Amino acid sequence: MTRSLRPLMATALIFLFAYMLAVSQQPAMLSTRVLGNFLTDNAFLGIAAVGMTFVILSGGIDLSVGAVIGFTTVLVAVLIMWLQLHPLIAFAIALIVATAFGAIMGAAIHYLKVPSFIVTLAGMFLARGGASVLSPDSIGIQHDFYATVQKSYILLPGGGRLTVVGIIMLVVFALAILLAHRTRFGSNVYALGGSETSAALMGVPVARTTISIYALSSFLAGLAGVVFSLYTSAGYSLNALGVELDAIAAVVIGGTLLTGGYGFVAGTFIGVMLQGLVQTYIVFDGTLSSWWTKIVVGVLLFMFIVLQRLVFRAGPRRT
Amino acid sequence: MTRPTVDLRPTTQPPFPRPRPLATFFTRPQVIALAAVLFVNWLLFPGFFSVTWQDGRFFGSLIDVLNRGAPVAILAIGMTMVIATKGVDLSVGAVMAISGATAATLVTSGIPAPIAVAAALGTGLLCGLWNGILVTLLEIQPIIATLVLMVAGRGLAQLITEGYIVTFSDPLLIFIGTGSFLGFPMPVIIAATLMIAATLSVRRTALGLLIEAVGVNRSAARFAGLKAGALLLIVYSFAGFCAAVSGLIVAGDIRGADANNAGLWLELDAILAVVIGGTSLMGGRFSIPMAVLGAMIIQAMNTGILISGFSPQFNLVVKSAVIIVILVLQSPLSARLFRRLPGAPK
Repeated sequence: MTRSLRPLMATALIFLFAYMLAVSQQPAMLSTRVLGNFLTDNAFLGIAAVGMTFVILSGGIDLSVGAVIGFTTVLVAVLIMWLQLHPLIAFAIALIVATAFGAIMGAAIHYLKVPSFIVTLAGMFLARGGASVLSPDSIGIQHDFYATVQKSYILLPGGGRLTVVGIIMLVVFALAILLAHRTRFGSNVYALGGSETSAALMGVPVARTTISIYALSSFLAGLAGVVFSLYTSAGYSLNALGVELDAIAAVVIGGTLLTGGYGFVAGTFIGVMLQGLVQTYIVFDGTLSSWWTKIVVGVLLFMFIVLQRLVFRAGPRRT
Repeated sequence: MTRPTVDLRPTTQPPFPRPRPLATFFTRPQVIALAAVLFVNWLLFPGFFSVTWQDGRFFGSLIDVLNRGAPVAILAIGMTMVIATKGVDLSVGAVMAISGATAATLVTSGIPAPIAVAAALGTGLLCGLWNGILVTLLEIQPIIATLVLMVAGRGLAQLITEGYIVTFSDPLLIFIGTGSFLGFPMPVIIAATLMIAATLSVRRTALGLLIEAVGVNRSAARFAGLKAGALLLIVYSFAGFCAAVSGLIVAGDIRGADANNAGLWLELDAILAVVIGGTSLMGGRFSIPMAVLGAMIIQAMNTGILISGFSPQFNLVVKSAVIIVILVLQSPLSARLFRRLPGAPK
């Protein structure tokens, strides 16, 4: 095993260990039903976290993903319910809007030379505000297409259901892994995260890559919004409040280095599943309040950050 | 900025801003912006500037702006110092919730209010110290280090209140949130006191210079013999302390501690206030009074939107527009553009 895969393995082992621990307390958690629900319930978070992984790999941060999810759900609801468009057309429009939004943020980050943190903060305000200007109230979506999608699933052995949104997430992860590790764009992202100056000197198109990264992140946040809309059948401007934090936490727990340049999309998947596990366990237990989720996620985040520090501080000296 | 152009003193002059004459104060962009926002408010609502004296205190929209802006202003005081060290503190909103929860829970369980207040301020200091330890000893990036407490902090606050909104009727806590002193609301008095104390302690001692040195280049500051680590610990603890004060005010205002909503998203407002105040996110030069002014600009916009009848959510759109304008003005791109104009200041 190469040394660079070690943090990924550590995350995977911790997930397995935590899952076994949870099963030993609540034997019912070991079933494909629970696993299927993991995928369905965390689909939007997982998709958003993929975008966040690329942003963090490039050394930036995107605080706008939660707001973009919320905005997309409202936009989709408005297009379907008020303008009577077919959901698929509404999805396409929403995704184009989200992607353009991200591209503008990326351009602002590159050309204005401002920290991504501030630009995406403005983006977050803009998207949340825009969503509530579109409609301050929650809009319920009633459409045959939604009903069909929500009813379709693949039956797993053991009675579990792999729903459409779960499948979308898995496909996104698979494509993202290919994009990160097998394409020129992926290498450019890693190079940018390592050092922007060196990347530029090596001939990486910094402007194009930066814009693409944030466009990708917002596109995936838009897709997460579509999934969220399919999952809840409603558009509301306060949907997915604080999801950016969960997404960042998932990326960090998945072993991606926050300084950029190092990490795996697959790790993010485990990070998302680990958060899902914590949530599911708390639901199963029944006596713990939901706010324990936040504390446990915070503790996990802390553990992994410290772990990263230790691994990478020890790393260079050894070689 | 508006420095005198005929400055023949040696360039080794310390980089902190010297006390400026009052005239330049009124030409600063922040002051002009505040005046513009207040002017628009006055157009929308002609009675905006009227202040009346009733029941031993001032009343009026202007006083209301000061009062409502005080919690963010207090956060901004601590945040300015943190940002000046090239850091950022995302946890202040969560720390507000923790401090409010601590005070409310202690008071309702029969502990005297002064002790509860001290305990709340103490927890704030501890939270700040924790952030500082992560940043200095573990050398974690500030955004991420404080993210841990931002995520977990509200959970901790819930743990303290056991998931309830703890309401209280303790006179001291309520006085902190809604009382008045010398005719001004208590939050305004507290914010002003903190601002003056903090400004004096950074500008009349070497502290400000040291903070700027760490912010510009931490390694260089350390090689120059500065105890950068200890300084950062102090700065983050102070930010935690400010957040705790702010949390007490918010809790006293609603006579209860709401672990879910107290200080929600206020960290972003505080950062925005600091940025509007002209403190660079890249560390270095900073100004506490300007950050407080920034908080007042934000609040004046909030109030303006409320009295003009738009939905409060519209605020977010306006806020983002303000950030965009500031970013464009501060960017190297516009600096280059301005330099090309003849007669423009460098």
